[in-house]
Amino acid sequence: MDFKNRDIISINDFSKEELLHILKVVKQVETKPKSNLLKGKILAALFFEPSTRTRLSFISAMEQLNGEVIGFSNANTTSIQKGESLWDTIKMTEQYADVIVIRHPLEGSARLAAEAALIPVINGGDGSNQHPTQTILDLYTIQKTKNRLESLHIGFVGDLKYGRTVHSLVIALANFNPTFYFIAPDDLQMPESYLDELFQKKIKYFKTSDLSRFSKELDVLYVTRIQKERFPDPLEYEKFKGIYRIDNDFLKNVKKELKIMHPLPRIDEIDKSVDSTEHAAYFGQAANGIPVRKALLALVLGKIR
Amino acid sequence: MAKKKAKNKAHRKRKEKVRAKKVTQSAPKEEAKRELKIGAIDEGTVIDHIPTDATFKVAEILDLENQKGIVSIATNLQSKSIGKKGIVKVGGKSLTQDEVNKIAIVAPDATVNIIKNYYVKEKIKVKTPEIIDNVVKCSNPVCITNNEQVATKFYVAKKDPLKIKCHYCERSMGKDDIKII
Repeated sequence: MDFKNRDIISINDFSKEELLHILKVVKQVETKPKSNLLKGKILAALFFEPSTRTRLSFISAMEQLNGEVIGFSNANTTSIQKGESLWDTIKMTEQYADVIVIRHPLEGSARLAAEAALIPVINGGDGSNQHPTQTILDLYTIQKTKNRLESLHIGFVGDLKYGRTVHSLVIALANFNPTFYFIAPDDLQMPESYLDELFQKKIKYFKTSDLSRFSKELDVLYVTRIQKERFPDPLEYEKFKGIYRIDNDFLKNVKKELKIMHPLPRIDEIDKSVDSTEHAAYFGQAANGIPVRKALLALVLGKIR
Repeated sequence: MAKKKAKNKAHRKRKEKVRAKKVTQSAPKEEAKRELKIGAIDEGTVIDHIPTDATFKVAEILDLENQKGIVSIATNLQSKSIGKKGIVKVGGKSLTQDEVNKIAIVAPDATVNIIKNYYVKEKIKVKTPEIIDNVVKCSNPVCITNNEQVATKFYVAKKDPLKIKCHYCERSMGKDDIKII
């Protein structure tokens, strides 16, 4: 399998075999790091909107492999301010770098960037559409903590309507015969289009607004933040804020091996007391961002096959 | 021999004239009036049963502004099957399959008739394409295609009822959300 010059834009672009191959490479990079792997290569990190984890982990991954990073984290300091199109910005950037990672508020921007560039482009998040490197690190975390991906019972709780991490992960996991539990108030439930897709793929799923209803069934619980910025009306946000809370009381009625994940940042969905339990997988999940991004950079630059 | 051939030709022409007349005469009064309003064509293409609000979009798809032959466009005509309809007649033009496919997006029930010597020589079945290039506008306001100069592209996910998916923002759109550029 050759990923050289391949763009990483949407999880929908990858087959089950390709995902498994990427996960194998992530493990290889994590267990046997090669420090000079990307020496002489330059990453252009184009962050048109704020990002902490994604940007820093890409920079760290590149530098740990002795590659170099150029770019910006604020579009206001660039020619975009002068009205330069995204297409032109990318055409210019590809002259200076070997690979591009882009985060942009407009959906589909990463796909357009990939069409403009002759060098590989990695999507670091395009609005509320896709964030494939997050999805791959979520898959890797599940595989690492559960020792398998097949036939797991996976719950998703919180904002399932707007949460792009949930949408992409659900599609990726659908390759591995899962049973899903979607836990959210009606107004924040999974969009019908995704449920339709699961139905067509014959994936079993349950919908509920009650967090405790299926707690004993779960192998993994993926918790998401209710995103304040998604609500045009602050009163609406107040209605849902703090609606689900994972704490020690909740953990009394779960499987001993349940793993709790969260893409972070968290507000109050997971009580701090959970951090010290065997269930907490979210900090390890964040740490997996580094080997995942190292592996993807090495793959698209043709340094690992 | 030559005389006989010429005679036969004249006879055939007379017959065709009579046949054409008969068609017009046998049509209902309303139909005849409509024919008169937009005129018949001897050679070319007639696109019928276009939803009335898509008529000018069909004209745009066919680039009729730059056509050299006779072009007739009528909208707001009464139709038993679709309420109000439009008709586009283009003299001297045969449509490509690509043009027919594009018409299918805005007018899925349209009939495309190839006219030769005032008669319907062939009917082309409209067929929704697998990929729709630069015809439909994405309904997602934060899609890159609505913010940067870029041609739209959609994949047809379902044909009936029509459901399409944006190549860029990956949002799905139903028939009611579809707007032509």
